[in-house]
Amino acid sequence: MSAIEKLPLAALPDNGLLRFLTCGSVDDGKSTLIGRLLFDSKTILADTLHAMQRTSEKRGLDVVDLSLLTDGLQAEREQGITIDVAYRYFTTGTRKYIIADAPGHEQYTRNMVTAASTADLAIILIDARKGVLAQTRRHSYLAHLLGIPRVVVAVNKMDLVDYSVEVFERIKADYLAFAGKLGINELRFMPMSALRGDMIVDRGDRLPWYDGPTLFEMLETTPAIHGAHAEKFRFPVQYVCRPQDSSNPELHDYRGFMGRVESGELAIGDAVTVLPSGLETRVKDIQVLGESLPGAVAEQSVTILLDDEIDISRGDMIVKTGELPQVSKKIEAMLCWLSELPLDPRRKYLIRHTTRDSKAMLAGIAFRVDINSMEQQPAERLAMNDIARVSFKLAQPIFADSYADSRGTGAFIVIDESSNNTVGAGMIV
Amino acid sequence: MSTAALSSVTLSHLDWLESEAIHIMREVAGQCSNPVLLFSGGKDSICMLRIAEKAFRPGRFPFPLLHIDTGHNYREVTEFRDRAAAELGERLIVRSLEDSMARGTVVLKSADEPRNKHQSVTLLEAIEEFGFDACLGGARRDEEKARAKERIFSFRDEFGQWDPKNQRPELWDLYNARSFKGENMRVFPISNWTEIDVWQYIEREKLALPSIYFAHRRPIVRRAGGLLPVTEVTPVRAGDTVENLMVRFRTVGDITCTAPVESDADSVAAIIAETAITTITERGATRLDDQTSDASMEQRKKEGYF
Repeated sequence: MSAIEKLPLAALPDNGLLRFLTCGSVDDGKSTLIGRLLFDSKTILADTLHAMQRTSEKRGLDVVDLSLLTDGLQAEREQGITIDVAYRYFTTGTRKYIIADAPGHEQYTRNMVTAASTADLAIILIDARKGVLAQTRRHSYLAHLLGIPRVVVAVNKMDLVDYSVEVFERIKADYLAFAGKLGINELRFMPMSALRGDMIVDRGDRLPWYDGPTLFEMLETTPAIHGAHAEKFRFPVQYVCRPQDSSNPELHDYRGFMGRVESGELAIGDAVTVLPSGLETRVKDIQVLGESLPGAVAEQSVTILLDDEIDISRGDMIVKTGELPQVSKKIEAMLCWLSELPLDPRRKYLIRHTTRDSKAMLAGIAFRVDINSMEQQPAERLAMNDIARVSFKLAQPIFADSYADSRGTGAFIVIDESSNNTVGAGMIV
Repeated sequence: MSTAALSSVTLSHLDWLESEAIHIMREVAGQCSNPVLLFSGGKDSICMLRIAEKAFRPGRFPFPLLHIDTGHNYREVTEFRDRAAAELGERLIVRSLEDSMARGTVVLKSADEPRNKHQSVTLLEAIEEFGFDACLGGARRDEEKARAKERIFSFRDEFGQWDPKNQRPELWDLYNARSFKGENMRVFPISNWTEIDVWQYIEREKLALPSIYFAHRRPIVRRAGGLLPVTEVTPVRAGDTVENLMVRFRTVGDITCTAPVESDADSVAAIIAETAITTITERGATRLDDQTSDASMEQRKKEGYF
């Protein structure tokens, strides 16, 4: 193993941050792929590498097992499988990446859903020898359900099928045959060998028939989602700042509404409406640490000051006047059940949507989705890992958009107050 | 402020990480009734203070600062800790491992044993004393394998234990900080930062650091493949050769197990340049207690370690 070279330096232009998800079956080589990305981007450091070498030798392997990088927990090391979402980081000097590594086993659908909820892009691994499996379909469906706008189908282990273009094309056709129904926005197919390093960072010379980008080139040129500001402005209030600091009389009347822009953008002077009161006013200032900003964009945490004195508290929402969300005490949603205890239609749950909580009761289950066949089936109750179209009645109104329009204001979690556990994840239809 | 808020502007990676951390701190303030921020005077917790300022000023922090003092800290760091809290005008609580030893709740095998793992006891005692329902900490997922799978809002039972196989699902930016009395959340707003992100943030925000982060000359002995500073609690042993080396610290915990690295880097920019080409991960070079076994951090976390 060669010595580690220079990590890229920080002085290059900053192309933001991209979060992506890797998903695949147990033996698709997912951990090896991530190890390869970290290794070839020079993100693995020497002592980590030495630890991996020691462990590889202990297991009787003659090459360093790159998958050891991502198998974090003791139980996983003992079983040799990945059992929980792990987050990994690398930087190319122009962009920082957060990888969510989701396990492939059926019983861990909830982990895949968790990892997918924050991803801008999904890499779905297929073993070239095995082609499209039930798990491939499941992962693709979940990536689509969780609204990941870009999907890369990585046909891995091409070294084991003689880098055959026919194998690649057949898998592509099989995949399109079922994925066509899903309507994934941007779908790309790539042949690769994570073990040999072909088409990850370097092209290699064993896939001359493929003229698309390497995985790395594709990641580097994918637009960061938080660059798009076409959506409507949504600002759930997290916290109200009222300093009432007697040593500074200027702050006596200060009321700052603190939160993170979920979508859209805002400028000083914009006309806004506050929900649930419906009162209208204008933006007096947008601040961070006492400094005024000309505006605020999606994913930015700021403090908003308003022209008029309006009573606003955590759980309220500031939107632009004329761009109101749905204000409703009934929601229709796709729900993924995450708890070992089944969803009980007789019980009350807590729904957390943006910064707002409401008691909720199931109003009905329209159908459950068989995520292998994607067929809709009737269902009376939901068990762990079930996905269903449901409706809830709420005690308090929420201010919602459809998940397809806005992830931040279209998503909710379900909390079981008897255990305080997060038991469900919902996407408003 | 480097954040030019205009249409089609992409947040830089530091802007994004900072914004996420501010959001997490505000969620703690909004959801928890009695949170606390763990502040050691180390570089990660110094970033946490700046994030807290951006999250809550012009108001006061909605939590006090807490330091668990092992009694094995560098004087430069504890002085910095006190000064930083005073300058911010925020309340600092210090609870000492030595008090736990006096109570008999911490029993050391030997007087010079590393005290890091015993901090858990004193921390749990402080949590109980003040009834804290959430502890904000500056841990990062890139520090160690076991942390890579820990949630940002990490639930601890009444024994302070982390159960890696039974973590709450954490979706979108919808965090669930609910707990019953006696239970506790550990919250890590800079989970997604790496060491280089921390240094870049320190440079961008022009944050002051304890002087021992920068290159300085001090008496050192080489032991177990690492550098060990000669101090009151780590005296010279027979057979040691004392060298006067230029070193800096990359982490500043317990003196007995926090080793410096040889370096001439005397500014944040020089440290960034050096960090970017370094060949040893941060904890690997400097934490002698993590090398015992592959799973040592996971073991400590299950026992309530931060």
